[in-house]
Amino acid sequence: MQPIDCLISTPDKGSAGKTGLWRTYKPIVDEKKCNSCMVCWLYCPENVITEGEKCIEIDYEYCKGCGICCEVCAKKAIKMVLEE
Amino acid sequence: MKLFGSGHGACPGCGLPIAVKSVLEGTGPCFVANATGCLEIISSQYGKSAWGVPYIHSVFENSAAVAAGIEAALKALGRKDEGPVVVFAGDGATADIGIGCLSGMFDRGHDILYVCLDNEAYQNTGNQQSGLTPPGSNTTTTPSGKVLPGKIKPKKDMVSIALAHKAVYVATASVAYPRDITRKAKRALEFEGPKYLQIHSVCVTGWGVDGKQAIPVAKLAVETALYPLVEYENGQLVRVKKIKDRKPVEEYLKLQRRFRHLFKHPKGKEVIAELQKIADENAKKYGLDA
Repeated sequence: MQPIDCLISTPDKGSAGKTGLWRTYKPIVDEKKCNSCMVCWLYCPENVITEGEKCIEIDYEYCKGCGICCEVCAKKAIKMVLEE
Repeated sequence: MKLFGSGHGACPGCGLPIAVKSVLEGTGPCFVANATGCLEIISSQYGKSAWGVPYIHSVFENSAAVAAGIEAALKALGRKDEGPVVVFAGDGATADIGIGCLSGMFDRGHDILYVCLDNEAYQNTGNQQSGLTPPGSNTTTTPSGKVLPGKIKPKKDMVSIALAHKAVYVATASVAYPRDITRKAKRALEFEGPKYLQIHSVCVTGWGVDGKQAIPVAKLAVETALYPLVEYENGQLVRVKKIKDRKPVEEYLKLQRRFRHLFKHPKGKEVIAELQKIADENAKKYGLDA
């Protein structure tokens, strides 16, 4: 049954839309340098970083490109590149 | 779905989501009551929600009272095992507008974790001064001009106010140390009664810092002793974050637009000296120097 009350919201990803469109700089991960220590996951305000097979993976659909991951990365494995 | 989802509306580099997800990491599934403020605006647009936990927002001042109602209802229905009750409120909602409801919550001894997200002004409406704005800060209601160099009075000591209410657990944290936030949230839930956790959180637009610089700036606030990380259990100071080679406050101030005028204003030097005095007093009071 569908909820009748229109005030009840259903939580979902992207409550503010596709926030990846806000991005000016795109974080690019260097597979060779990344050792999946997950410090970036700890700090990412957007919660878009997950553990991948080789290195971390970023959900570019919602990443706003704030650059915090680049700043906290001890291995300097993340570079911020101007979005095309 | 994660407990605090991707694609919320916070500015790039905002500290609030880091604080919220770190707290939720420690508490696990819980009931969240939220006061009006940035966090409400960014996470609960009409008909949508970024929260993977039960969430309610009522008005600006009553988040503590709403949470008290939820806690009392859970107790009466015998459903306390379903999860803790957590309040997220901004510094304005905590120190100014909602301090009455917060005081009532402490007084009645509800089993609630109250989290104050301290970004040091009413950032939701565009940087107006609140009770937790530090001295010297340039806000739209305390602008730096020919006479005054920004805000003049010091921050309200909310930690002491919470301690005076005999809150069982009182602590401060910073978004620069997310693991510390998670640990403190977990530790807080081991106590029965009202708990207070204050998290220093960077506001990129209000403070005038680049999103990338958010974490280094938050770290400097701790390293200069302007924001001491302390932990009280049953009124006793049990743990503090020690600082090696405490830095002068100028290092923290010069990175932010809201303190930029202090380096040019005729009274700027006095304010910087006052801030340094606050930092020195913090270091002495809590024994921060390692």
